[in-house]
Amino acid sequence: MKWKTDDGGWSPYLAGALVGVLAIISVVATTQLMGKSSYLGASTTFVRAAGLLQETIAGDNGLINEYYTKTKIRIDWQFMLVIGIALGAFLSSTMDRSFRLESVPPIWKERFGSSWGKRAVWAFVGGIVAMIGARMASGCPSGHGLSGMMQLSVSSFVALPMFFGVGVWVAHVVYTRRKS
Amino acid sequence: MNTGQWLGLFTGVVFGFLMQKARVLRFEKQVGAMLLKDMTIFKFMLSAILVGMVGILLLSNLGIITLGHKSMNVGAVVIGGGLFGAGWAIMGFCPGTSLGALGEGRWHALFAIAGMVIGAAFYAELYPVFKTTVLAWKDFGKIGLPETLGVSQWVIVSIFWAGVIALFFWFEKKKL
Repeated sequence: MKWKTDDGGWSPYLAGALVGVLAIISVVATTQLMGKSSYLGASTTFVRAAGLLQETIAGDNGLINEYYTKTKIRIDWQFMLVIGIALGAFLSSTMDRSFRLESVPPIWKERFGSSWGKRAVWAFVGGIVAMIGARMASGCPSGHGLSGMMQLSVSSFVALPMFFGVGVWVAHVVYTRRKS
Repeated sequence: MNTGQWLGLFTGVVFGFLMQKARVLRFEKQVGAMLLKDMTIFKFMLSAILVGMVGILLLSNLGIITLGHKSMNVGAVVIGGGLFGAGWAIMGFCPGTSLGALGEGRWHALFAIAGMVIGAAFYAELYPVFKTTVLAWKDFGKIGLPETLGVSQWVIVSIFWAGVIALFFWFEKKKL
Protein backbone atom coordinates (compact mmCIF):
# COMPACT_ATOMS: atom_id res chain seq x y z
CA MET A 1 0.00 0.00 0.00
CA LYS A 2 1.23 3.45 -0.88
CA TRP A 3 1.19 6.22 1.71
CA LYS A 4 1.34 8.95 -0.93
CA THR A 5 -0.97 9.25 -3.89
CA ASP A 6 0.29 10.20 -7.36
CA ASP A 7 -0.76 13.83 -6.97
CA GLY A 8 1.07 14.32 -3.67
CA GLY A 9 -1.89 13.58 -1.41
CA TRP A 10 -1.90 11.08 1.46
CA SER A 11 -3.38 7.61 1.47
CA PRO A 12 -7.06 7.96 2.47
CA TYR A 13 -6.52 5.06 4.90
CA LEU A 14 -3.74 6.97 6.69
CA ALA A 15 -5.52 10.35 6.70
CA GLY A 16 -8.75 8.65 7.77
CA ALA A 17 -7.05 6.84 10.67
CA LEU A 18 -5.58 10.18 11.78
CA VAL A 19 -9.09 11.70 11.72
CA GLY A 20 -10.12 8.80 13.97
CA VAL A 21 -7.39 9.85 16.41
CA LEU A 22 -8.48 13.49 16.09
CA ALA A 23 -12.09 12.48 16.83
CA ILE A 24 -11.00 10.73 20.06
CA ILE A 25 -8.77 13.61 21.23
CA SER A 26 -11.49 16.10 20.34
CA VAL A 27 -14.15 14.38 22.47
CA VAL A 28 -11.78 14.20 25.44
CA ALA A 29 -10.70 17.83 24.98
CA THR A 30 -14.28 19.16 24.77
CA THR A 31 -15.25 17.09 27.82
CA GLN A 32 -12.30 18.38 29.85
CA LEU A 33 -12.26 22.01 28.70
CA MET A 34 -15.94 22.69 28.03
CA GLY A 35 -17.59 20.25 30.43
CA LYS A 36 -19.59 18.44 27.75
CA SER A 37 -18.59 15.74 25.28
CA SER A 38 -18.88 17.18 21.79
CA TYR A 39 -18.50 15.15 18.62
CA LEU A 40 -17.34 16.24 15.17
CA GLY A 41 -20.24 17.57 13.11
CA ALA A 42 -21.10 20.35 10.71
CA SER A 43 -24.74 20.75 9.79
CA THR A 44 -26.00 22.47 12.98
CA THR A 45 -23.64 25.32 12.12
CA PHE A 46 -25.70 26.08 9.01
CA VAL A 47 -28.77 26.59 11.23
CA ARG A 48 -26.77 28.98 13.42
CA ALA A 49 -25.51 30.82 10.32
CA ALA A 50 -29.09 31.12 9.02
CA GLY A 51 -30.23 32.38 12.43
CA LEU A 52 -27.42 34.93 12.66
CA LEU A 53 -28.24 36.12 9.13
CA GLN A 54 -31.94 36.53 9.98
CA GLU A 55 -31.02 38.28 13.20
CA THR A 56 -28.86 40.74 11.23
CA ILE A 57 -31.60 41.42 8.69
CA ALA A 58 -34.68 41.44 10.91
CA GLY A 59 -33.19 42.14 14.35
CA ASP A 60 -34.31 39.98 17.26
CA ASN A 61 -37.59 39.36 15.43
CA GLY A 62 -35.66 37.10 13.09
CA LEU A 63 -35.11 34.68 15.95
CA ILE A 64 -38.71 34.23 17.09
CA ASN A 65 -38.71 30.66 15.92
CA GLU A 66 -38.96 27.47 17.90
CA TYR A 67 -36.18 25.70 16.03
CA TYR A 68 -33.72 28.59 16.48
CA THR A 69 -34.54 28.73 20.18
CA LYS A 70 -33.94 24.99 20.46
CA THR A 71 -30.64 25.20 18.52
CA LYS A 72 -29.33 28.25 20.46
CA ILE A 73 -28.05 30.70 17.87
CA ARG A 74 -24.46 31.62 18.72
CA ILE A 75 -20.93 31.21 17.40
CA ASP A 76 -19.91 28.09 19.29
CA TRP A 77 -17.31 25.30 19.18
CA GLN A 78 -18.78 23.63 16.08
CA PHE A 79 -19.19 26.94 14.21
CA MET A 80 -15.47 27.61 14.62
CA LEU A 81 -14.71 24.01 13.69
CA VAL A 82 -16.49 24.45 10.36
CA ILE A 83 -14.55 27.67 9.69
CA GLY A 84 -11.39 25.80 10.68
CA ILE A 85 -12.07 23.17 7.99
CA ALA A 86 -11.84 25.86 5.30
CA LEU A 87 -8.60 27.20 6.82
CA GLY A 88 -7.05 23.74 7.16
CA ALA A 89 -7.92 22.86 3.55
CA PHE A 90 -6.46 26.18 2.38
CA LEU A 91 -3.22 25.54 4.30
CA SER A 92 -2.86 21.99 3.06
CA SER A 93 -3.66 22.78 -0.59
CA THR A 94 -1.31 25.75 -0.65
CA MET A 95 1.50 23.71 0.88
CA ASP A 96 1.31 20.88 -1.68
CA ARG A 97 0.22 23.16 -4.54
CA SER A 98 -3.08 21.36 -5.14
CA PHE A 99 -5.05 24.60 -4.66
CA ARG A 100 -7.04 25.22 -7.85
CA LEU A 101 -9.62 27.83 -8.68
CA GLU A 102 -12.43 25.75 -10.13
CA SER A 103 -15.83 27.01 -11.28
CA VAL A 104 -17.18 23.81 -12.81
CA PRO A 105 -16.01 20.32 -11.75
CA PRO A 106 -14.96 17.87 -14.52
CA ILE A 107 -17.79 15.31 -14.13
CA TRP A 108 -20.30 18.15 -14.25
CA LYS A 109 -18.65 19.73 -17.30
CA GLU A 110 -18.77 16.46 -19.19
CA ARG A 111 -22.50 16.07 -18.62
CA PHE A 112 -23.84 19.64 -18.52
CA GLY A 113 -21.21 21.81 -20.20
CA SER A 114 -18.94 24.51 -18.84
CA SER A 115 -21.56 27.11 -17.81
CA TRP A 116 -20.72 28.15 -14.25
CA GLY A 117 -24.16 29.73 -13.84
CA LYS A 118 -25.90 26.41 -14.41
CA ARG A 119 -23.53 24.72 -11.96
CA ALA A 120 -24.15 27.51 -9.43
CA VAL A 121 -27.95 27.22 -9.63
CA TRP A 122 -27.92 23.45 -9.15
CA ALA A 123 -25.33 23.56 -6.37
CA PHE A 124 -27.64 26.05 -4.64
CA VAL A 125 -30.77 23.92 -5.16
CA GLY A 126 -28.92 20.77 -4.08
CA GLY A 127 -27.73 22.63 -0.99
CA ILE A 128 -31.27 23.57 0.02
CA VAL A 129 -32.58 20.01 -0.35
CA ALA A 130 -29.56 18.44 1.36
CA MET A 131 -29.70 20.76 4.36
CA ILE A 132 -33.44 20.26 4.92
CA GLY A 133 -32.68 16.53 4.91
CA ALA A 134 -29.64 16.82 7.18
CA ARG A 135 -31.52 18.86 9.80
CA MET A 136 -34.48 16.48 9.66
CA ALA A 137 -32.16 13.50 10.20
CA SER A 138 -30.19 15.55 12.81
CA GLY A 139 -26.87 15.04 11.08
CA CYS A 140 -24.72 14.85 7.98
CA PRO A 141 -21.85 12.57 6.91
CA SER A 142 -19.77 14.12 9.73
CA GLY A 143 -22.29 13.94 12.56
CA HIS A 144 -23.95 10.67 11.55
CA GLY A 145 -21.33 9.22 9.21
CA LEU A 146 -18.28 9.67 11.41
CA SER A 147 -19.37 10.51 14.96
CA GLY A 148 -22.57 8.45 15.08
CA MET A 149 -21.01 5.33 13.58
CA MET A 150 -18.09 5.55 16.04
CA GLN A 151 -20.58 5.52 18.93
CA LEU A 152 -22.60 2.66 17.39
CA SER A 153 -25.72 4.83 17.24
CA VAL A 154 -28.68 3.00 15.71
CA SER A 155 -29.83 6.18 13.91
CA SER A 156 -26.46 6.55 12.16
CA PHE A 157 -26.50 2.95 10.97
CA VAL A 158 -29.81 3.81 9.28
CA ALA A 159 -28.91 7.34 8.14
CA LEU A 160 -25.64 6.56 6.34
CA PRO A 161 -27.15 3.84 4.10
CA MET A 162 -30.04 6.24 3.34
CA PHE A 163 -27.61 9.08 2.45
CA PHE A 164 -25.55 6.87 0.22
CA GLY A 165 -28.33 4.69 -1.22
CA VAL A 166 -30.38 7.65 -2.45
CA GLY A 167 -27.16 9.45 -3.45
CA VAL A 168 -26.14 6.53 -5.68
CA TRP A 169 -29.57 6.45 -7.30
CA VAL A 170 -29.80 10.20 -7.93
CA ALA A 171 -26.17 10.42 -9.11
CA HIS A 172 -26.78 7.69 -11.68
CA VAL A 173 -29.93 9.43 -12.91
CA VAL A 174 -28.24 12.86 -13.06
CA TYR A 175 -24.73 12.11 -14.36
CA THR A 176 -25.23 9.10 -16.59
CA ARG A 177 -26.21 9.98 -20.12
CA ARG A 178 -29.11 7.91 -21.34
CA LYS A 179 -28.12 5.66 -24.22
CA SER A 180 -30.40 6.41 -27.12
CA MET B 1 -12.80 34.18 21.51
CA ASN B 2 -13.48 31.77 24.37
CA THR B 3 -11.80 28.40 25.00
CA GLY B 4 -14.50 26.45 23.18
CA GLN B 5 -14.20 28.60 20.08
CA TRP B 6 -10.41 28.28 19.98
CA LEU B 7 -10.65 24.54 20.51
CA GLY B 8 -13.19 24.28 17.69
CA LEU B 9 -11.05 26.32 15.34
CA PHE B 10 -7.94 24.26 16.06
CA THR B 11 -9.81 20.96 15.67
CA GLY B 12 -11.36 22.20 12.42
CA VAL B 13 -7.99 23.22 10.96
CA VAL B 14 -6.57 19.74 11.59
CA PHE B 15 -9.77 18.09 10.30
CA GLY B 16 -9.76 20.24 7.13
CA PHE B 17 -6.03 19.66 6.61
CA LEU B 18 -6.46 15.86 6.78
CA MET B 19 -9.51 15.85 4.52
CA GLN B 20 -7.66 17.93 1.94
CA LYS B 21 -4.62 15.62 2.09
CA ALA B 22 -6.89 12.60 1.54
CA ARG B 23 -8.45 14.48 -1.43
CA VAL B 24 -11.96 13.74 -0.16
CA LEU B 25 -13.21 17.32 -0.37
CA ARG B 26 -13.62 17.34 -4.11
CA PHE B 27 -16.81 17.08 -6.11
CA GLU B 28 -15.26 14.28 -8.25
CA LYS B 29 -14.49 12.19 -5.17
CA GLN B 30 -17.96 12.59 -3.67
CA VAL B 31 -19.88 12.05 -6.90
CA GLY B 32 -17.30 9.41 -7.94
CA ALA B 33 -18.31 7.38 -4.88
CA MET B 34 -21.99 7.76 -5.70
CA LEU B 35 -21.28 6.62 -9.26
CA LEU B 36 -19.50 3.63 -7.64
CA LYS B 37 -16.26 4.43 -9.47
CA ASP B 38 -14.00 5.85 -6.77
CA MET B 39 -14.27 4.74 -3.15
CA THR B 40 -11.73 7.21 -1.70
CA ILE B 41 -14.27 8.86 0.60
CA PHE B 42 -15.27 5.46 2.02
CA LYS B 43 -11.66 4.40 2.56
CA PHE B 44 -11.22 7.65 4.47
CA MET B 45 -14.46 7.61 6.47
CA LEU B 46 -14.34 3.93 7.38
CA SER B 47 -10.68 4.19 8.48
CA ALA B 48 -11.65 7.09 10.74
CA ILE B 49 -14.58 5.10 12.13
CA LEU B 50 -12.47 1.96 12.78
CA VAL B 51 -9.94 3.92 14.84
CA GLY B 52 -12.36 6.34 16.47
CA MET B 53 -14.82 3.64 17.48
CA VAL B 54 -12.36 1.74 19.66
CA GLY B 55 -11.12 4.85 21.49
CA ILE B 56 -14.53 6.39 22.01
CA LEU B 57 -16.20 3.23 23.30
CA LEU B 58 -13.26 2.54 25.61
CA LEU B 59 -13.24 6.09 27.03
CA SER B 60 -17.00 5.97 27.48
CA ASN B 61 -16.72 2.65 29.38
CA LEU B 62 -14.12 4.30 31.64
CA GLY B 63 -16.51 7.20 32.27
CA ILE B 64 -14.10 9.78 30.81
CA ILE B 65 -16.55 10.88 28.11
CA THR B 66 -20.29 10.45 27.57
CA LEU B 67 -21.85 9.16 24.37
CA GLY B 68 -24.28 11.41 22.54
CA HIS B 69 -26.51 9.34 20.28
CA LYS B 70 -28.82 11.10 17.85
CA SER B 71 -32.46 10.07 18.15
CA MET B 72 -33.66 7.08 16.15
CA ASN B 73 -36.74 8.91 14.90
CA VAL B 74 -37.85 6.70 12.03
CA GLY B 75 -39.53 9.31 9.80
CA ALA B 76 -36.80 11.88 10.40
CA VAL B 77 -33.86 9.58 9.72
CA VAL B 78 -35.38 7.78 6.72
CA ILE B 79 -37.02 10.75 4.95
CA GLY B 80 -34.32 13.24 6.02
CA GLY B 81 -31.56 10.80 5.09
CA GLY B 82 -33.12 10.31 1.66
CA LEU B 83 -33.49 14.04 1.05
CA PHE B 84 -29.91 14.58 2.09
CA GLY B 85 -28.72 11.88 -0.32
CA ALA B 86 -30.57 13.48 -3.23
CA GLY B 87 -29.20 16.96 -2.48
CA TRP B 88 -25.71 15.57 -1.86
CA ALA B 89 -25.61 13.95 -5.32
CA ILE B 90 -26.58 17.19 -7.07
CA MET B 91 -24.42 19.49 -4.97
CA GLY B 92 -21.42 17.13 -4.85
CA PHE B 93 -20.45 18.29 -1.38
CA CYS B 94 -21.61 17.58 2.14
CA PRO B 95 -21.87 20.31 4.80
CA GLY B 96 -18.35 19.73 6.17
CA THR B 97 -16.58 19.24 2.84
CA SER B 98 -18.23 22.28 1.21
CA LEU B 99 -16.19 24.65 3.38
CA GLY B 100 -13.08 22.58 2.76
CA ALA B 101 -13.64 22.60 -1.00
CA LEU B 102 -13.92 26.37 -0.85
CA GLY B 103 -10.62 26.42 1.06
CA GLU B 104 -8.84 24.55 -1.75
CA GLY B 105 -10.18 26.97 -4.36
CA ARG B 106 -13.27 25.15 -5.64
CA TRP B 107 -15.32 28.33 -5.46
CA HIS B 108 -18.53 26.84 -6.89
CA ALA B 109 -18.86 25.41 -3.37
CA LEU B 110 -19.92 28.95 -2.36
CA PHE B 111 -23.30 28.41 -4.04
CA ALA B 112 -23.70 25.08 -2.29
CA ILE B 113 -22.92 26.77 1.05
CA ALA B 114 -25.44 29.56 0.32
CA GLY B 115 -28.04 26.93 -0.59
CA MET B 116 -27.40 25.08 2.65
CA VAL B 117 -27.82 28.23 4.77
CA ILE B 118 -31.13 28.93 3.01
CA GLY B 119 -32.10 25.26 3.42
CA ALA B 120 -31.43 25.55 7.17
CA ALA B 121 -33.67 28.65 7.33
CA PHE B 122 -36.43 26.77 5.45
CA TYR B 123 -36.11 23.89 7.90
CA ALA B 124 -36.40 26.28 10.85
CA GLU B 125 -39.55 27.83 9.28
CA LEU B 126 -41.07 24.44 8.49
CA TYR B 127 -40.09 22.85 11.82
CA PRO B 128 -43.60 23.25 13.39
CA VAL B 129 -45.10 21.38 10.41
CA PHE B 130 -42.49 18.59 10.50
CA LYS B 131 -42.92 18.26 14.26
CA THR B 132 -46.53 17.19 13.91
CA THR B 133 -45.94 15.04 10.83
CA VAL B 134 -42.66 13.34 9.84
CA LEU B 135 -41.07 13.75 13.27
CA ALA B 136 -44.18 12.44 15.07
CA TRP B 137 -44.42 8.99 13.48
CA LYS B 138 -42.20 6.87 15.69
CA ASP B 139 -39.24 7.83 17.85
CA PHE B 140 -37.14 5.10 19.46
CA GLY B 141 -35.04 7.75 21.20
CA LYS B 142 -31.27 7.94 21.64
CA ILE B 143 -30.32 4.28 21.30
CA GLY B 144 -27.12 2.41 20.55
CA LEU B 145 -26.67 -0.88 18.71
CA PRO B 146 -25.36 -2.95 21.67
CA GLU B 147 -28.40 -2.46 23.92
CA THR B 148 -30.81 -2.67 20.97
CA LEU B 149 -29.41 -5.98 19.73
CA GLY B 150 -28.54 -7.25 23.21
CA VAL B 151 -24.97 -7.99 22.08
CA SER B 152 -21.69 -6.83 23.67
CA GLN B 153 -20.25 -3.74 21.98
CA TRP B 154 -16.92 -5.50 21.42
CA VAL B 155 -18.65 -8.26 19.47
CA ILE B 156 -20.18 -5.60 17.22
CA VAL B 157 -16.84 -3.77 16.92
CA SER B 158 -15.07 -7.03 15.95
CA ILE B 159 -17.65 -7.85 13.28
CA PHE B 160 -17.53 -4.27 11.98
CA TRP B 161 -13.71 -4.32 11.80
CA ALA B 162 -13.70 -7.66 9.97
CA GLY B 163 -16.34 -6.49 7.49
CA VAL B 164 -14.61 -3.18 6.77
CA ILE B 165 -11.16 -4.76 6.33
CA ALA B 166 -12.68 -7.25 3.86
CA LEU B 167 -14.31 -4.33 2.04
CA PHE B 168 -10.93 -2.51 1.88
CA PHE B 169 -9.28 -5.54 0.26
CA TRP B 170 -12.13 -5.70 -2.24
CA PHE B 171 -11.76 -1.96 -3.05
CA GLU B 172 -8.04 -2.45 -3.70
CA LYS B 173 -8.58 -5.57 -5.78
CA LYS B 174 -11.15 -3.80 -7.95
CA LYS B 175 -9.04 -0.60 -7.97
CA LEU B 176 -12.00 1.50 -6.81
